[in-house]
Amino acid sequence: MKTLMLGNEAVARGLYEGGCSFVSSYPGTPSTEITECVAVYQEVYAEWAPNEKVAMEAAFGASLAGKRSFCAMKHVGLNVAADPLFTIAYTGVNAGMIIGVADDAGMHSSQNEQDSRHYARAAKIPMLEPADSAEALAFTKLAYELSEQYDTPVFIKMCTRVSHSQSIVEPGQRVEVSRKYEKNPQKYIMMPGNAKMRHPFVEERTRKLAQWAETCEINRIEDGTDRSIGIITSSTSYQYVKEVCGDKYPVMKLGMIWPLPQQKIKDFAASVDTLVVVEELDSFIETHCKELGLACVGKEKFSCIGEFSQNLVAEKLGVDTVSGTKLDAAIPNRPPVMCAGCPHRGLFYTLAKNKVTALGDIGCYTLGAVPPLAALDTTICMGASISGMHGFVKSGGGEGRKVVAVIGDSTFMHSGMTGLVNMAYNESCGTVIIVDNSITGMTGHQQNPTTGFNLKGDPAAKIDLETLCRAVGIKRVRVVDPYNLAECDAAIKEETAVNEPSVIISRRPCALLKYVKHKKPIIADDHKCVGCKACMKIGCPAISIVDGKAKIDNTLCTGCGVCAQLCKFDALQAAKEA
Amino acid sequence: MKTQNIMIVGVGGQGSLLASKLLGRMLLEKGYDIKVSEVHGMSQRGGSVVTYVRFGDKVYSPVIDKGEADFIVSFELLEAARWTEFLKPGGRIVANTQRISPMPVIIGAAEYPQGLTEKMQVAGLDVDAFDALALAEQAGSAKAVNIVLMGYLSRYFEFTEQEWLDAIEKSVPAKFLELNKTAFQLGRNA
Repeated sequence: MKTLMLGNEAVARGLYEGGCSFVSSYPGTPSTEITECVAVYQEVYAEWAPNEKVAMEAAFGASLAGKRSFCAMKHVGLNVAADPLFTIAYTGVNAGMIIGVADDAGMHSSQNEQDSRHYARAAKIPMLEPADSAEALAFTKLAYELSEQYDTPVFIKMCTRVSHSQSIVEPGQRVEVSRKYEKNPQKYIMMPGNAKMRHPFVEERTRKLAQWAETCEINRIEDGTDRSIGIITSSTSYQYVKEVCGDKYPVMKLGMIWPLPQQKIKDFAASVDTLVVVEELDSFIETHCKELGLACVGKEKFSCIGEFSQNLVAEKLGVDTVSGTKLDAAIPNRPPVMCAGCPHRGLFYTLAKNKVTALGDIGCYTLGAVPPLAALDTTICMGASISGMHGFVKSGGGEGRKVVAVIGDSTFMHSGMTGLVNMAYNESCGTVIIVDNSITGMTGHQQNPTTGFNLKGDPAAKIDLETLCRAVGIKRVRVVDPYNLAECDAAIKEETAVNEPSVIISRRPCALLKYVKHKKPIIADDHKCVGCKACMKIGCPAISIVDGKAKIDNTLCTGCGVCAQLCKFDALQAAKEA
Repeated sequence: MKTQNIMIVGVGGQGSLLASKLLGRMLLEKGYDIKVSEVHGMSQRGGSVVTYVRFGDKVYSPVIDKGEADFIVSFELLEAARWTEFLKPGGRIVANTQRISPMPVIIGAAEYPQGLTEKMQVAGLDVDAFDALALAEQAGSAKAVNIVLMGYLSRYFEFTEQEWLDAIEKSVPAKFLELNKTAFQLGRNA
């Protein structure tokens, strides 16, 4: 029966139908829902790993044991998993193995706009690129066939618009696949002698897959009536091209983005006057065409920056568009903000107040960089707060400054721990603040090793952060409640003053968690409020100044009471709880 | 049929995903090709959010571009004003008059513009602005704004009231069904 599915949900369905038995992933927008959706199938073991490298290695182990496996990550997560990636490319697989990677052109929820297709070429691993949910399902099943037939892991490459768009799919039946594990040192022990033997196999595999790319159905040509131009495209760019051009120009729609066909592209180019490549981000297909000696129009027209749309493609192809009416009014921006009741707010207020230099990390708490808090100095990648702070203070950055690293619970488990080990081992100083909100927040509430629950929602082993920090050699470890400003202030002042590494765990669950009980909204007393705006310094969306007086939005306020601690006139008061 | 475009805009956390889910289900039953694009991740945290719903004989692009929307359904007044450029000439804006100040307004770096409904009308746009929040509260929950707005939108489509109610039944938990049915009818008859 036909149904609507997100692209990510369709990948999950494809995994299920394709006989996948093992999934290990780390959440990351826009890839997260693949793993959440596949976890509901009883036949599939699915877990959150602490990071993408662990996830990929676990998926490899499952393949080795004879089960079809999968791991998912966002584009920057693939950087973390790059180490196993390049060598699993050599060993190949036993049962089929798929690596799901989702790019974020336009950076809806990412720190860079890298193009994951380069990894397919660099690691010599085939990559399939669906353009809608039906293809996401079909390509995922196909990927398992290719994986086992060619003895290789296979990429399924998504992007925000394919991952997070619903379109129609027709679900099918599951197949069960299982292989036996047999010891094979020449294939699986990649010491130099064996790896030297495997490398020629990898090159030959790519050559064979390139042959397959010449004739496979997923690299198709859709004919057009006007041969003045011919367009090569894939993924969501294909959708924009078809939206604008319909059946006017011939289109080569690539479903496998690596390896790319040669003769097929040459023949297509010869059948049209001008070859145009429409692809988001880098010049990947275009570079291939140029290496084949084909003249083509590419990045000089279609930017490597940001997302495309139908109007952008129309403009570049000289097709008229209709524009709407822009309103003649100054419309203020609406940037994302920390939620009302967010436990991070009190901590960031305290950092800003103490003029602390704060190296930040990846998560909801990156929003601590936004005014009025503006409490962060850097955001690079997962874990970089701690290791970056170490380098900063070792290089004199701590002289005359209070320096801290701010990192979330999930991010700390992902790759903050090794940075902390480095601080202890190399006798650094500086304060690591673990903002522990008991969940992976930004990606939409995924469990992690510190929460006590697993992906399926069952109780699980819970890593004790205090014990862990002490075990690696940090002597000063303390816990604060970020709703308590005085407690935060004292901890930050004391810990940044000592000449040794320290950890402050700022602990309170995310205000959006279902089990978190909110208090009654704070009551603003018009008679006491003098309009000093001290409460506005925390950037809470539930507080505004109306007619010179503080006003609380009762639909948003969680009664956390941080604002009340800032009011010197007692104008913000906790309501009596029933 | 030429592709029809509905944009649902609002503030992260207002429940626009349920509205698009309801529309998607409704349109699937009717046999259309459909694409619905959502926003996940950081923008959801109180930021400006937009969901695109497209349906017709064959839908390619998952997004709606400037000058293409047949309808813009807005959960908040400033958000309606922000996206007017996406409205097709002759399209219609259905806007909740609720105002939610964005952070630049809250901290005093910008002002919430006054008279937005009138400004949109003066610009020649067809705007239906009404207090969907009040109707949602009347139905029993401020959170039902999304269904009130869908009820209002439904008057512009040929689908029967029963077809909409069936889609609601499949989209919301049973214990909230009556509330949402009431919200839908209040919106439809507003």
